[in-house]
This record gives sequence, C-alpha cells and structure tokens, in this order.
Amino acid sequence: MTNFEWLTMGAKIAFIVVVLLQVVPIMVWVERRGSALMQNRLGPNRIGPLGLLQSICDVVKFFFKEDRAPGHVNKFYYTLAPLIVLVPAFMTFAVIPFASSIVIDGQTVNFQIADLNVGLLYIFSVASLGVYGIIMSGWSSNNKYALLGSLRSTSQMISYELSMGLSIIGIVMVFSSVELGAIARGQGEAFFSVGMLTIPKWGIFIQPIGFIVFLTSVFAETNRLPFDLPEGESEIVAGYHIEYGSMKFALFFMAEYINMTVGAALITTLFFGGWQMLPGMHWLLEVMNLDGMAHEWVRILFEAASFGAKVCFFMWFFVWVRWTIPRFRYDQLMDLGWKVMLPLSLVNIFLTGVLIYYKVL
Amino acid sequence: MDISPVFFYVFAALAIGFSLSVILKKNPVGNAFSLVMVFFAFAGIYAILGAHLIAALQVLVYAGAIMVLFIFVIMLLNADEPSFDMGRSHIGIKIGAGTLCAILFCTFVWAIKESPINIPAGRFTPEAIQASGGNTQVVSELMFSEYILPFELTSVLLLAAIVGAVAIAKRKLGKN
Amino acid sequence: MLVKAKTSGTQKFYLVEIIKGLYITMRAMLFGKTVTIQYPEERRDYSDRYRGMHYIKATNGVENCTACMLCPTVCPAECIHIEAGERPDKEKYPVKFEIDVLRCCFCGMCEEACPKDAIKLSTIYEMSQTHREVFEKDYLLEQRGNK
Repeated sequence: MTNFEWLTMGAKIAFIVVVLLQVVPIMVWVERRGSALMQNRLGPNRIGPLGLLQSICDVVKFFFKEDRAPGHVNKFYYTLAPLIVLVPAFMTFAVIPFASSIVIDGQTVNFQIADLNVGLLYIFSVASLGVYGIIMSGWSSNNKYALLGSLRSTSQMISYELSMGLSIIGIVMVFSSVELGAIARGQGEAFFSVGMLTIPKWGIFIQPIGFIVFLTSVFAETNRLPFDLPEGESEIVAGYHIEYGSMKFALFFMAEYINMTVGAALITTLFFGGWQMLPGMHWLLEVMNLDGMAHEWVRILFEAASFGAKVCFFMWFFVWVRWTIPRFRYDQLMDLGWKVMLPLSLVNIFLTGVLIYYKVL
Repeated sequence: MDISPVFFYVFAALAIGFSLSVILKKNPVGNAFSLVMVFFAFAGIYAILGAHLIAALQVLVYAGAIMVLFIFVIMLLNADEPSFDMGRSHIGIKIGAGTLCAILFCTFVWAIKESPINIPAGRFTPEAIQASGGNTQVVSELMFSEYILPFELTSVLLLAAIVGAVAIAKRKLGKN
Repeated sequence: MLVKAKTSGTQKFYLVEIIKGLYITMRAMLFGKTVTIQYPEERRDYSDRYRGMHYIKATNGVENCTACMLCPTVCPAECIHIEAGERPDKEKYPVKFEIDVLRCCFCGMCEEACPKDAIKLSTIYEMSQTHREVFEKDYLLEQRGNK
C-alpha cells in the first residue's frame, strides 16, 4: 500500500468512528425528545438549546460513576462482555459505502473502508458475533434475569438471522453480487419510466417483500422495540445488562445505538439506493454548473448527504416504531419469525427467481 | 503483501493458545468461548490466504451460529465446574498420552517436511479467481455446475437431520 | 366469562395496523398539544379550597386563637399541640402552638372545628425542608393567605 492509500484509509476510518460516536448522544436526545413529543410531553429541554447538551451531561455522569463489579459475577467475562458487544457493531460499518468514488491525481478513492468481495457475508458474520457479548454478560452476571435475557436474545437472534439472510438473497440475485459497492452502484439504473417519472432500480421497488422481512429482522437483531424481549424492563428488569453500571452499561447502550445506525445504513444500502442521490439533487448539480474537481467534490458531498439523509430517516423510523408498537409476547415473536418471516422470504426468493428467468428484473 | 507473515504468526499463536485453553480450562463456558476464538483465528488465517469467502463463512456458520447453540446448551444444562472435574488421572495414563501426542506431532512435522514444496497450481490461482470476479462468484458457479450432485446430497442430508429433530421433539410433546 | 376479540383479516396482517399506529404517533407529535407544566417557571393553578400549609390567622397583629383545644381534639393525626396561657388582659391564648406537619394528613378538620377562624390551611404546597422540624407558633403566624 502506498502512502496515499494509507492516508485515505486512515481518514475514512477516523471519519466513520467519529461519526458513529457522535451518533450515540444525538440519537439518545432524539429518542427522548421524540418519545416525549409523541406522548404530548416536552422531554429534556433544560440544558443547552432544545436540551441538546443533555446527552453530554449523561456522558459525564457515566464517566464519573464508580466502575465497580458486584461480588458474585465472573469478573473476566463480566468485563469482556460490553467490549464484545461494541466492537462488532463498529466493525460492520467497514464495508458500507457512504459515497461513490472520486479520482484524485489519477488514483481512485472509494468512499468505503474495505470493498470486500464477500461484503454482505462479512456483515452477517460480524453481526452474528454481537450475540456473544450478550450471552457473556447474561451468564457472567450470575443473575437469573440476566440469564433469561441472554437466552431470549440468543434464540431471537438465531431465529431472525435466518429470515434476515434469506430476505436479501433476492437482492443478491438481482444485482448478482454480494459486494455492497456493486449493489449500491446497481441501484442507480432506471427500473422503468412512467412519463416524466423515472423509477430507479432501488431495492424497495424490486424487492418489496424482501424489504419488509429485512426491516422486521433488523428490528429483531438490534433488540429494539417491538422485539426488545432480551431487555423487557417490565418482565425481566432490563435483562442482560441488569448487573452493569457506569461506563460498562454505557458501552451496552452505545452498542445498541451503533447497531441501529448499522441497521439503518444497511437498509439504505440494500433497499434505498445507498449513496444514490435523492430526487432533485441531479438537477441541482447541473444547475450549479461546476467543472473539474469542484464538480466531483460537490457530487461526493451530495452523495454522502443523500446517504446521510436516508440513514437519518431510518434511525428516526427506529425511534418512531419504538414509541408506537408495544412489545411482542415471546411466543408471538417466535411464531412471527419462523412461521411468517421465514416462509415469506423463501417465497420471495422463488418469485425473484421466476421474475429473473422471465427477464422482468 | 509483506505484512501477512506477521499476521499469520499472530493468528497461528492465537489458534494454538486458545486451542490449549479449550482442553485445559475447567469451566465449560470458558472452553466454548475459547473455541470461538479458535474459529476466529482460523478465519483470520483463511483471510490471509485470500479465501475471504471461507473466512466469512467460518465466522458466520461456526462462530456465529453453531457455537452460539453450544453455549446455549451448556448454559441451560448449568454445567458447573466440579461435574467436569474428572479427578487426578493415573501417572501411567499421563505418560502414555504424552508419548502418543509426541508421536502424532512428530508424524505431522515429518509429513509436512517430506511433502513436495512446489505443489502444482490448479485451475484456481489467485489471479484466475480475481479475473472471474472473486471468490464468491467462483465458488457459487462451481457449486451449481460441477458439484451440483454433492451439493444437493448435502442439502438432503441436512433436511433429513431437520426432519429427525422435529420427529424427536414431536414424540416428546405427544407423551406429555 | 371468556370474551374472544374478533380480529379482521387486515388486523391479522399486521402491516396496515402498524401504519395506522405510526400515523397516530406522528400526528400526536406534530399536532398534539404538550400538557407539560414546566414547574419552577409555570405552576398549576389550584383551587382556593386547596388544603396546604397551615397558618394561624391574626387580627391587628394578635392571633385569633384562644387555645380552646378544639383543633387538637378533632385532629385525627394528633399532630397539633397547644399549651394555653393567660394574657395580662385575662384573655386565654396559646403559649405554644405546634404542628407536626410530618404527621398531618391535611384533612382540614381543624379548620372546620375552629370557632374563632384562627387555624387555616393555605394553598401553599411546597413544604419540603432539609431538616426535621415541628412548626411552631412564630412560623405559623406568618399570614399565608386571606381565607
């Protein structure tokens, strides 16, 4: 690797990590204000403009709390667990493209940390590791609620990983690639045109069933309501992180929000065109009438902004759904996973195959 | 790639270290977690060798799914430490086992040393794989053309296993 | 009696119902009226008949109370303690008048029993203190309302 490659790689990694870390306090604020407004309350509005600095106070509180472990826990695994939850959450972002590529001095820079040949498989393999942290925390806490929570989370994650994996097979079949970069590029093509309106080949238009299954599975995988049974405050008093406090708990909290970000980014990349520009941006780019590098940089900026906007929408969607739908019962969750989502994703694969055979897709 | 030997030694050391901890630790859950780490180290080695697909599948299937179920079962059985402590074994057994292990190790070393260094390259050199679109494409093409029969047979085998599991579970349900 | 709720076809197919729910929450968020009272700045308006912190009514700087002992008698929580004394003008008056607010249940019986309109319950509800205290006469004599 040349110095230039090292430099761009470092810049990309630093950018992603910094952005992901900023997402957490902002999302906590959005979650609290959003839920408050939906329930006709106000939410935290005291510290800073609109209460934006509330999260910083929370972070300071977490930092200054005594970092202690209860006497009855298995110390080694107890300390390790939050890290194991957090690290895969960060790792997943490595293969998600957040803009297309730009040519600087004859060298192409992809706005994606690693354009892996096995992109999607990498995401699934890394995402399936997060469950270890939850198992570890549940088991090492030596607490029955924690153990129950981790057992629930294990079975839930395994059940929904199946339908999640199967639901994107359709996308893989259509774009005949598992590279996320290629999938995002492929979605730029036109699907069909109705008069002036051109429908792009976004995943949502060619794979609506796959999208619904994937969306549901992402909710289950990130342990968000309506599928937050591993936590289930009212049943098992916060589940696997019941014995955690101070920064260790904050790490679990961060992991949840980063997982949410990754989920939103995945939905965007697979079903909403990734960095493909939002309608109107192409026109804006032409109107600005730039040339040379300026044009290229503005294009990248627009693409990154489109990606960011789509991801933000889905982050908001996570919050929105959380405060709308109550928690599922455990057997309902399993029924939905195995008896609805799994057959639905299989049907989707079959339909996609038929449509591809008849050259519709 | 001039840095891959370093990574190879790191992953190899990790694999050996965690394998030892799998058999030496007395805590069954700890053993299982060590085994996960062994799979990880293997995945790392596969990735260094350029077999990204195998690396991803290794983590996805073994570390991500199978070991989770292992740990699930261990936690449910609530296997505590004393039940797995077999007590002290006889000194003769220890010596015998040690000798056998040493012989096995020597055989491996001998086999590796005696094998020809320059194994003739097959159809799938790294360059050829790169040209035809990467690991995933090559493997999937092979799977659905040349090796379709073994592939289908494996899936029938798995189906049989699923049917068997369901049958066993149903029978128990019927008794109650 | 077991009542089985009827679910229609669309209800079993969650999606429509979920979208309806999302619409409701979004409507509440965008057009809903917040009901929060931001306490230190805004306060809830209480009725004049609200029973809060006690006070002893005074006319021309002299308490109305004649230490007739009706209020400690009627008090269900037994939180009023009065020691009677005699003024130079042979008038009976309370030397000590203590209310243990920690015991008080704010029933307002004392107010009703008082023949002299002396003990009153004001509308003040912020009574938290940083220490245990039995409120004495000097404190109770502060005029906290105009009942």
